[in-house]
Amino acid sequence: MTVAIETTDLTKRFKSLIAVDKVNIKVDQGEIFGLLGPNGAGKSTFISMLCTILKPSSGTAKVEGYDIVHEAADVRRSIGIVFQDPSIDDKLTGMENMELHADLYDVPRDVMHSRIEEVLKLVELEDRASSLLNTYSGGMRRRLEIARSLIHYPRVLFLDEPTLGLDPQSRDHIWSYIKDLKKRENITIILTTHYMEEADKLCDRIAIIDKSKIITMDTPQNLRSELAGETIIIESKNNNLLSEKIAEAKLVDNIIKTDKELNLIVKNAHTTLARIVELAVSSGVYIDNIAIREPDLNDVFMYFTGREIRENGGSKELTGMAARMRGRIK
Amino acid sequence: MYALWRRELKRFIRDRSRLISSIITPLLWLVIFGSGLRFSISVPGFNYQQFLLPGIIAQTLLFTAIFLGISVIWDRQFGFMKEILVAPIGRISIFAGKMFGVGTAAMFQGIIVIMLGFVIGVPLTLYGVSLAIPLMILITVGLSCIGLIIASLMTSLESFGTIVTFVNMPMFFLSGALFPVTNLPSWIKWVFYINPLTYGVDTLRSVMIPGWHTIMPLYYEILIICVFDVAITVIGTYLFSKRQ
Repeated sequence: MTVAIETTDLTKRFKSLIAVDKVNIKVDQGEIFGLLGPNGAGKSTFISMLCTILKPSSGTAKVEGYDIVHEAADVRRSIGIVFQDPSIDDKLTGMENMELHADLYDVPRDVMHSRIEEVLKLVELEDRASSLLNTYSGGMRRRLEIARSLIHYPRVLFLDEPTLGLDPQSRDHIWSYIKDLKKRENITIILTTHYMEEADKLCDRIAIIDKSKIITMDTPQNLRSELAGETIIIESKNNNLLSEKIAEAKLVDNIIKTDKELNLIVKNAHTTLARIVELAVSSGVYIDNIAIREPDLNDVFMYFTGREIRENGGSKELTGMAARMRGRIK
Repeated sequence: MYALWRRELKRFIRDRSRLISSIITPLLWLVIFGSGLRFSISVPGFNYQQFLLPGIIAQTLLFTAIFLGISVIWDRQFGFMKEILVAPIGRISIFAGKMFGVGTAAMFQGIIVIMLGFVIGVPLTLYGVSLAIPLMILITVGLSCIGLIIASLMTSLESFGTIVTFVNMPMFFLSGALFPVTNLPSWIKWVFYINPLTYGVDTLRSVMIPGWHTIMPLYYEILIICVFDVAITVIGTYLFSKRQ
């Protein structure tokens, strides 16, 4: 595997604020790599440095083998970017926006129009190409921006919050375009998001970033399994007795009793489940309901950012933060 | 650079209200101001409207060129600037693209004013106009840079508007566009002499009005405009690259 992006202690300081703190990542060619974190975590700053918009305060990074400071022009030629905020010209038509981009990136005149047609088809906007941009909806603009970023055949595509502020339908649309794109073109995609679902569905690997640092980095599956396994939720006629028995048998890592449920944290729910049922039957406890819940990235995020915050702050801050996170995530 | 230039022009042409006002405003100046002031300002030996036309051409170039600098702020606010800044082209090309775009739009309006002058019966010769156009280009280069410099330094549309008025009005009134400089008391003349637009107006008059006497020899005046253009282009390119 060739490496598409490699950063070494990449850091950005704005006066007293450290926006990105010694970030080291390595992204393979053809990978969809997600940067997941709350607003203000430093995702956009990080991306801006890789796109050569911002100069790093210290550290280095290479994109497609080019240094982001000394070979900025080469980096720019090999990347495509969809910014967090819209960056298309309202007073031009879709086609004119595309032509302008092709000119800026020195796409040869003779292939320009066939390429524009090709990328417009990809996002299903070919029949709107001659309309002025101010007649486009938010989702269409986003799709046009994605199409635009592909005209010059970039090797690496940066998507900064590609579905921010879009309705669920447009979001689904854009997700399927991104997946399609990866399959067809085999380009490397770096995307930032604060939607768990987005990171989970699209990315091959995810870096969780909080307070300017990368907290953890892995595949969505591994991140989930890193959370001490799964949760078995049991409702029974005698929760107290059952939980005592389970604790005696040392079947699970942790038991959390709520009003009518037992939440059992286990490494492997499927093997433990049979033992628990056996135990319930032998101790005469009637089970009303049993469910297994796999942790989603939401749990993962809470787990990691929670720990991070506990390290340098009080528990009060933790609960406040967690509540805020939850508000943001849902 | 060509692509950026073309974009500026397309935006300019699509803005209908600006096109209409670019015809109405100079017309008001020429007809109403021209008829009104004809009786209070005397320019010995010349028809006042004939005297006024080059002044109004310069005014139109000034207002349009400086005002269009706003596109920099506009692009920044609507995000388009990012798309340009991240493209594999240099800051100098971006600045030049903007400058030529703004300049062409200003020239376009300047030429409309010449045609208006012709329509309302200001005596013009084809020869005079053909000499005026290259001079207008020379004047516009520097003026477009002023607008772009202000826009590079300002962050909001409002502050841009305020500063532009502060720059436009004195440059216009203290350029001799409306009255002859040579009649003024000498203590105020120096204000006119440090205003580059004074030389723009004066050189335009010298080619458009037969028998016009320039303040300084024509070559000096053209030289002053050129020096001003070069200086302000260098400053503009530098500031633009640094601020974006």
